[in-house]
Amino acid sequence: MAESHGEAKGQNAGAHTEAEGGHHGGAFPPFDSSNYASQLVSLAIAFVALYLIVSRIALPRVGGTIDARQNKIEGDLAEAQKLKDESDAALKAYETELANARANAQAIGNETREKLNAASEAERKALEEKLAAKLADAEKQIATTRTNAMSNVRGIAADAAGAIVQQLAGVTPDANAVNSAVDASLKG
Amino acid sequence: MKIDPIHQFNIEPLFTLGHIGNHTIAFTNSSLYMFIAVLLIALLMLASGRDLVPGRLQSVAEISYEFVATTIRSTAGSEGMKFFPLIFSIFMFLCVSNLVGVIPYTFTISSHLIVTAALALLVFFTVLFYGLYKNGLKFFKIFVPSGVPIYILPLVMFIEVLSFFLRPVSHSVRLFANMLAGHIALKVFAGFVAMLGFSLGALGWVGGVLPLALTIALYALELLVAFLQAYVFAILTCIYLNDAIHPGH
Repeated sequence: MAESHGEAKGQNAGAHTEAEGGHHGGAFPPFDSSNYASQLVSLAIAFVALYLIVSRIALPRVGGTIDARQNKIEGDLAEAQKLKDESDAALKAYETELANARANAQAIGNETREKLNAASEAERKALEEKLAAKLADAEKQIATTRTNAMSNVRGIAADAAGAIVQQLAGVTPDANAVNSAVDASLKG
Repeated sequence: MKIDPIHQFNIEPLFTLGHIGNHTIAFTNSSLYMFIAVLLIALLMLASGRDLVPGRLQSVAEISYEFVATTIRSTAGSEGMKFFPLIFSIFMFLCVSNLVGVIPYTFTISSHLIVTAALALLVFFTVLFYGLYKNGLKFFKIFVPSGVPIYILPLVMFIEVLSFFLRPVSHSVRLFANMLAGHIALKVFAGFVAMLGFSLGALGWVGGVLPLALTIALYALELLVAFLQAYVFAILTCIYLNDAIHPGH
């Protein structure tokens, strides 16, 4: 349809060009078969030249540039990822080290505390024992002293009782009777 | 003052190259613009830098590369990349020559049916020969759509065969007619401005504003069409080649 339309126009146009003194035999130029051969020959030469330039030089060149850029971007990204992984690993190592050190410090602290506790406990025990021994000694001494004193008191009481009886009754009482009486009164 | 919207399509022989049979082979204005297109493409693709961060010219070269490559991959699959140089050449040749052709006083190569027909036939025969070479007789599966009931299959096959052989016609006429009609319309509307001005004087120049505005709008449209028709021609080439690569859809 487009063709027939074009042809109709072509005839009109042919009339125009002829009227203007056209040097083209009068046909509508796109349908003037006299110039087909020339156009086909130059199209063939131009297109083959273009195809060779494009396929041999231009596309490999531009494609190479694009590929190089792509590789560069991918390489850079991989490098960045590698560095990130490395820093992550370093951070992890640092944290493990830190945790280890903290655990160690805690262990050392606990150990020292226990050692010191044990030492002070032992010292305390020794001191207590010493004090207990001293206390026992002192108590024993007090008891001895008290016993001595008590026996002295008995003697004095017996003497005093004998003397009182002599003064009051004028008789020297039997020592045994006095002693038993003193004992009884001491008990009572 | 007379407007001749057809004058722009005249073939002017610049010098004679020789004779084949009784045909005179001349270097014409059409030949000149073909070589200008080739030269511009070569300049774009070869003179641009190869920097990691591309400049403007390099960006244009790389965008056209990626554009055509993406088009092929999306229509004909990655096997279609075999035809990358061919499709790239066709697309760039048409796109650059069409864009050059929109500049006033230049010549538009694809406004001649013989040129678009030659390119369409190149694609047609590439599809035919590559399809037969790659798939052998299986290539004829493209005429037998799957899932069609057997009783209408002969009719469908007839239509498929007909449409296959009419492809170069529609392929070439679409581009040719678009470029031809667009350029004629531009010339006619632009001619009105001058015609009004020269025939009606001051009033005519004022009245010429309307066709001038139309010419500007049409010019923008023609810029779009120049690119779009090159793209359509290239994408149809991809679709036809896809038949040759993967017959039997």
